[in-house]
Amino acid sequence: MSEVKSMPEAEEMPEAERMSEAERMSEVKRMSDKRMVPEKVLRQISLTVNGKALTLHVDIRESLLEVLRERLGYTGVKKGCGVGECGACTVLIDGTPIDSCIYLAVWADGKEIRTVEGLAVNGKLSPVQEAFVEEGAIQCGFCTPGLVLSTTAMVENGKEYSREEIKRELSGHFCRCTGYQNILKAAERAVHEAGHRCAHCKHEQEGEKG
Amino acid sequence: MFNIAKYDEAGSLDEALAFLSGHPAAKVIAGGTDVLIKMQNGKMGEAELFSIRGLAELTGIKRTADGAIFLGPLTTFAQIAGDPLLQKAIPVLIQAAVSMGGPQIRNIATIGGNICNGAVSADSAPTLLALNAELRLQSAGGERKVPLREFYLGPGKVDLRPGELLIGIIVRPQDYLGYHGHYIKFAMRKAMDIATLGVSVLCRVEAGGVLSGVRIALGVAAPTPVRCPEAEAFAEGKTGSDETLEEIGKLAVRSAKARTSWRASKEYREHLVAELVPRALKEAMRTAGGEEHV
Ligand SMILES: Cc1cc2nc3c(=O)[nH]c(=O)nc-3n(C[C@H](O)[C@H](O)[C@H](O)COP(=O)(O)OP(=O)(O)OC[C@H]3O[C@@H](n4cnc5c(N)ncnc54)[C@H](O)[C@@H]3O)c2cc1C
Ligand code: FES
Ligand code: FES
Repeated sequence: MSEVKSMPEAEEMPEAERMSEAERMSEVKRMSDKRMVPEKVLRQISLTVNGKALTLHVDIRESLLEVLRERLGYTGVKKGCGVGECGACTVLIDGTPIDSCIYLAVWADGKEIRTVEGLAVNGKLSPVQEAFVEEGAIQCGFCTPGLVLSTTAMVENGKEYSREEIKRELSGHFCRCTGYQNILKAAERAVHEAGHRCAHCKHEQEGEKG
Repeated sequence: MFNIAKYDEAGSLDEALAFLSGHPAAKVIAGGTDVLIKMQNGKMGEAELFSIRGLAELTGIKRTADGAIFLGPLTTFAQIAGDPLLQKAIPVLIQAAVSMGGPQIRNIATIGGNICNGAVSADSAPTLLALNAELRLQSAGGERKVPLREFYLGPGKVDLRPGELLIGIIVRPQDYLGYHGHYIKFAMRKAMDIATLGVSVLCRVEAGGVLSGVRIALGVAAPTPVRCPEAEAFAEGKTGSDETLEEIGKLAVRSAKARTSWRASKEYREHLVAELVPRALKEAMRTAGGEEHV
């Protein structure tokens, strides 16, 4: 049985992380600061967010969505419905798309979390993000981070997807603006381009071998 | 923030059962896609949650030595949907699994939670009923086996005793070997919607297109998921002509005790039963004609 630990926030965190988390926290509202949190509701978890290892205390009542947005400042994770219906809060947990609004923060212990903020490398958009831009798949943008992440999961698992299968993989996302056509085009483009890239890599490897 | 007073978890099944026997008020949580929604909707007061997510022994799908298929209750719908053993042995269960929720929900929702939640719309229920699935339930006091058919007591009510966990779902070999099935989820959207009606059928098709062992189960057609004994008895030994199938559909309506809800009227649901039962049987017969089975 796991024991509830009651250490003050960020006590054991390395200096660098404490700094950046403190910075972020100054920008965002920190609910639990406003009232005393009973010690029994705090748990220490370790996770990585966008490649960065973090150890922090979370409240057993918090969703992962709340921790990511309000504490860590990853506001690319959107809150739409809060009940698993719309997919706006989708993040990748160990590579799998999950609605973070109905995922308890304590469950993230030991997990690798990715949000849309983690996709661009050195300011360069990922191929999936590029495809969404190219295809004009974004209007208000509220649904976009979730859709980009679900598409990223497809691209990264290297399977082939038919149009119908892509539709199915994206069916847990609601978009109230676009009518989905351009989103589907963007996802198809990203998935197929990734397929071509892989095929190409293989081709090159085989070429090198031979 | 969810209204959670206490959160505990277990590292092993024994630990979990011991904890539950000492904490009868604890609310078991697996994927949380029912429990957390109820909390969010204010349908539950402050809860003491007990998570069984960490119990590796309750996850996975295997064929046991006697040929039965064993489903761990923590198996997610995504795992079911992608399982090669089920794809060969019980493809109709995969149909049911992919019909539920959307990808993010299937990635976390468990089949055990789907059953224990007791919803009449549970997408796994009609198929598991048609498969004569048996549940293994365990508490610190011991283990018992209950046919799924007897597990449903009423809307949202199941025969789960205090301190008990569902630890396995079993489909015996005689209930799936040689059978062909089909699940139809009738809903307003193709994804992310609750069934207006669910129909699952299983049958064997003998030489000359003769039906045998027909099993028909309905979701959202009565206060609990139900089988259709009259229709099943009538179907036995008949060839699956259009007239016979139509008659089977009509008889299935007799087992339904549909109600009017905001989703659909009683009459509409009965119409759906009469239409969709023959359609599902036709599909099952078609796969019997085409595909090789284990
Ligand atoms: C957006 C959304 C869409 C959905 N769509 C569908 C759908 O299309 N079809 C459908 O059928 N359902 C749907 N659901 C409902 C839900 O996802 C399923 O019922 C799911 O299978 C529940 O599993 P879980 O692991 O999340 O259960 P939890 O919420 O963790 O638990 C559900 C219940 O079962 C009990 N429980 C869980 N595991 C055990 C166990 N091993 N032993 C004893 N008790 C246990 C819990 O105490 C609780 O009462 C949807 C839910 C959401 C949020
Ligand atoms: S906010 Fe999580 S699914 Fe809508
Ligand atoms: S772009 Fe506005 S919700 Fe999709």
